[in-house]
Amino acid sequence: MSPTLFWIFAAITLGFGAATLINRNPVASALSLAVSFLGLAALFTSLSATFIGIVQVLVYAGAVMVLFLFIIMLLDLKAEQRRQVRLSALIGGVVIAGLFASQVVLVLRHFPKGNHEFPPLSLPHPDAVNIGLTLFGHYNLPFQVIGVLILVASIGVVVLSKRELN
Amino acid sequence: MVTLNDYLLVSGLLFSLGFAGVLLRRNILVIFMGLEMMLNAANLSLVAFSRFGVANGLPDYNGQMLVFFVITVAAAEVAVGLAIIVALYRAKQTTHVEDLTSLKF
Amino acid sequence: MPWIILFAPLISAAVIVLFTQKWKNLSALISIAAVLVSLAASITLFLNAPDSAATATIPWLDFTGFGVPFKAPISFTIDGLSKAMMIVVTFIGALIHIYSWAYMADDEGKSRYFAGLSLFMFSMLGIVFANNFLMMFIFWELVGVSSFILIGHWYFRNAPAAAANKAFICNRLGDFGFLLGILLVWVATKSLDFEGIKQAIDSGNAPFLAVPAFATATVVLLFCGTIGKSAQFPLHVWLPDAMEGPTPVSALIHAATMVAAGVYMLARIFFIVKISPDAMQVIAVIGTITAFGAALIATQQNDIKKVLAYSTLSQLGYMVMAVGVAASSAAMFHLFTHAFFKALLFLGAGSVIFACHHEQDIWKMGGLVRKQPITFICFLAGTLALMGIPLFSGFYSKDSILVAAYEHHRILAYFGLFTALLTAYYMTRLFVIVFFGKAHTEAASHAHEAPVVMWGPLVLLAIPSVIAGYASIAGHFLPVPEHHGESIVPSLAIGAGVIGILLGALLYFGKAKDPIRIPLLANKFYFDELYAHIIWYTQDLLARICAFIDRWILDTAIVRGLSSGTWATGFVMRFAQAGNLQGYALLFGAGVVALFYFILFIK
Repeated sequence: MSPTLFWIFAAITLGFGAATLINRNPVASALSLAVSFLGLAALFTSLSATFIGIVQVLVYAGAVMVLFLFIIMLLDLKAEQRRQVRLSALIGGVVIAGLFASQVVLVLRHFPKGNHEFPPLSLPHPDAVNIGLTLFGHYNLPFQVIGVLILVASIGVVVLSKRELN
Repeated sequence: MVTLNDYLLVSGLLFSLGFAGVLLRRNILVIFMGLEMMLNAANLSLVAFSRFGVANGLPDYNGQMLVFFVITVAAAEVAVGLAIIVALYRAKQTTHVEDLTSLKF
Repeated sequence: MPWIILFAPLISAAVIVLFTQKWKNLSALISIAAVLVSLAASITLFLNAPDSAATATIPWLDFTGFGVPFKAPISFTIDGLSKAMMIVVTFIGALIHIYSWAYMADDEGKSRYFAGLSLFMFSMLGIVFANNFLMMFIFWELVGVSSFILIGHWYFRNAPAAAANKAFICNRLGDFGFLLGILLVWVATKSLDFEGIKQAIDSGNAPFLAVPAFATATVVLLFCGTIGKSAQFPLHVWLPDAMEGPTPVSALIHAATMVAAGVYMLARIFFIVKISPDAMQVIAVIGTITAFGAALIATQQNDIKKVLAYSTLSQLGYMVMAVGVAASSAAMFHLFTHAFFKALLFLGAGSVIFACHHEQDIWKMGGLVRKQPITFICFLAGTLALMGIPLFSGFYSKDSILVAAYEHHRILAYFGLFTALLTAYYMTRLFVIVFFGKAHTEAASHAHEAPVVMWGPLVLLAIPSVIAGYASIAGHFLPVPEHHGESIVPSLAIGAGVIGILLGALLYFGKAKDPIRIPLLANKFYFDELYAHIIWYTQDLLARICAFIDRWILDTAIVRGLSSGTWATGFVMRFAQAGNLQGYALLFGAGVVALFYFILFIK
């Protein structure tokens, strides 16, 4: 992938990520997040991880974001009222997050190994075939366990959102 | 030329954005979105490293497996988390964290 | 042979306790049989064994700890000393077992009583035969236990139970010192064996004992064992109280044998004792104080057994004094004769008490001379022996002590002589009140002679009480100290005795009440009260200190301090926990950032 495209998608991801934060309306936040995730999917694809990219689009940009939107609608949330913002909390949050970001930058600056280009690939099969082989071969047991986890989660969701019958 | 560090930088910044969202926003749904953002930032790092660690012309699929599992667990987590938010809203009629101060002495 | 002597009583005690508790007379017979076996074996051993020390050894404790070998075999010393003691113990023990048959005839706890007697015989013989400190200490404690059991025989009454406790506790105090002394000896010589210790000392292998202070401490600590067991001042208080036990027990344990164990021990380890002249000084002075003080107290006692108990104390004081003036053979000689006549006196007293329906107050007796002629004669023999009248055994042994004291320390000898006067005085008082005059009570006027099982042992004891002092007879058993040249002491002693007898007879003949009242003496110098107060004050003080520590240091400083510290910290931290979720997230984030900082950026 050309650097130009990479930077464009990176800008989309980060920009809409920031928009998620800045938007006052939760619906706008959710939609911004969906776009950010789409950008992320493009980045995944740029790393030759096509399967993961597609899953990202399907699960995140599709299912999860729809779920978010559903809930927002269900709760009928309006844009946040302007409340008096506590300055100390605001500054604290910005400072901590900024410090974290600067730490990440500093770490990367001292990581010369990461300055190389990605080595070339020679894939005999499409990406999904390799993923499938690994997933159902070596990672068979965790895969089953994840299935059980999702079952448990869906039962939990039903129990949690059930109205009490008096 | 795009290097590993570029991806990692994007990943780190995205993570910081999510982190800032958790710290700054008061709508619990948006906080939740911040959490998702952080998970995805981690996923980006994982995929980048997977692509970087090429052996026999193949990427390191262990990293991609982890991403797959993270996405799955995150989906389950979103479902449960949103259910909890719904239950919370029923009880308190709010999604605003400053109104949720029962977690104290 | 020594095994039979030692273990026959133990087997008897075990059999009685395990099997024949219910059949009282059978238990008594087993016990008597056992002691007779021991007696027979002792006599055989005495006649056959060579005079030189012979030991039978079984290896027992043998190990090396911290590079120091530790050996404590079970083995016996059979020499002149232990053979004489063995004969005394088994002979008097046998007579007292037989006497007890009648005296304890109606007692409910007869089995227990005889088991206790057998156990006592076993432990006492163990002390006699012991050839190392460890074995001696074990049997020493066993003797204490059996004494406790027998004093507290009538445990359902308060006084004997308290007396048993008192005896046990006093003994424990002394034994603690004894144990420390044994440890010091071990430290100094790396041996617990009497032979080994002796060799170490003789060959100069005990550098610690060459230090006077160390030697003095060792000997004085060892002497603590004697103070406890032989009831020396200041732990003498238990012995008079021990008279709450049955009279034969008093005769056997608290007059003839056990209390003499302390003196026997001193004689056995005399080679250690004589290292330290200072300690011997202490021993002599304590012996004198005991002898003199106990004699003073005895002049004002009204309980027949208490008088005899104090006279025992007094005589034990003589013996200890003899050890203190380096005359251990004189001490053993007196121990030997005293065992006979004191056992005789106690058994005589038992016979009188038995006749007067367990009445012990001498002022409620009187005129028994016609009703109990045999007891009277035997008691007279014992009394004269105790007073130290010539031709009776006590005269010779007491004289040898007084002569030794006279050569050593004049003042001690004068105290000893005055004690002899007092002895004669209080024994005359006792004798006159009990046997002459009119019967003061109904019970005394109906008294009659005791059964033959009771007066038989009296007669058998009366004979050695008279003759055991003659050098020609005692010489068979143990070395009798010889008188060097003429001494003024015997005549002084006789004079003191005569004055005492005359005083006693003049004051008390035909009296129905005590003409002299000295509360200080009648109340035993208020020792019990003094101890009670001392203990009370010490305990109170200790309790106050403990209460202070508990209340202020433990409770306030530590417990409350911790709790209020925790509370204060929590109080401060509570402001951080305002229920604000983002506040928590912020702190958490700060923590993560700080963690990364410390992990990644600090090299």
